[in-house]
Amino acid sequence: MTLLFVALGAAVGAPARYLTDRTIQRLHRGHFPFGTLTVNIVGSFILGLATGGTSTTTGVYALVGTGFCGALTTYSTFGYETVRLLEQGAPRRAVGYAALSIAAGLGAAAAGVAIGLDVWH
Amino acid sequence: MLPTDPDVDLEIPAQRRELHWSTLAAVSAGGVLGALARYGIGHAWPTPAGGFPWATFLINVTGCLLIGALLVLVTDVFTTHHLLRPFLGVGVLGGYTTFSTYSVEIRNLIVAGAPGTAALYLLVTLAAALAAVFAGMTAARFVAWLVAT
Repeated sequence: MTLLFVALGAAVGAPARYLTDRTIQRLHRGHFPFGTLTVNIVGSFILGLATGGTSTTTGVYALVGTGFCGALTTYSTFGYETVRLLEQGAPRRAVGYAALSIAAGLGAAAAGVAIGLDVWH
Repeated sequence: MLPTDPDVDLEIPAQRRELHWSTLAAVSAGGVLGALARYGIGHAWPTPAGGFPWATFLINVTGCLLIGALLVLVTDVFTTHHLLRPFLGVGVLGGYTTFSTYSVEIRNLIVAGAPGTAALYLLVTLAAALAAVFAGMTAARFVAWLVAT
């Protein structure tokens, strides 16, 4: 049953990243990966909510956390973009992108857990 | 020309036009496969509270190695089906790797009283992931060179 929840969450989360990425790029042309930055921060916040609000053994966590947030967020795209920014001769943009992603992702995760604990307990 | 964003780069005309149900279905199906692989590895190799999250580390670094190779191969080496990049790059590898678990694990390590492990995990994952992307791209460029000569 857990596998089914993970699969269902991922089936929605992966296209959600693709569509969010497209939408943000259309609004914001340029070479800074705002689309990936957005999904990684939002996904970290939602996984924080799930972590604070429920146990990792529940179906809700498998669906929303492992499935949806796992597929919505991505380390492979983040890593690839950082290397491409370095290759394109934009080392400061690469460092800024990595630092902003990690700092904002961590902040969003911590805020999500705090809110999750507060609302559901 | 390699894109900056491997998921979708609207600077590339073919990718501006690729928004179809078939693309979304390929992304979705790939995402399910990648997420199930991630779940399987995490299930087989659980992280004790306060311990270094080896499963997520392994998943994210191997995913980075594969995306580096994939993007060079589908962009510069082979002419592939137009759904291959959305299926493998956005779907499988995006569903397999995870930034949200990485963020929450760092938060949990700090709260569990292991800030040193948290800082180590944060930095080692980043360094290994970037090195893996670079290694994947370099290996694929070597294959491209072999194919061309």
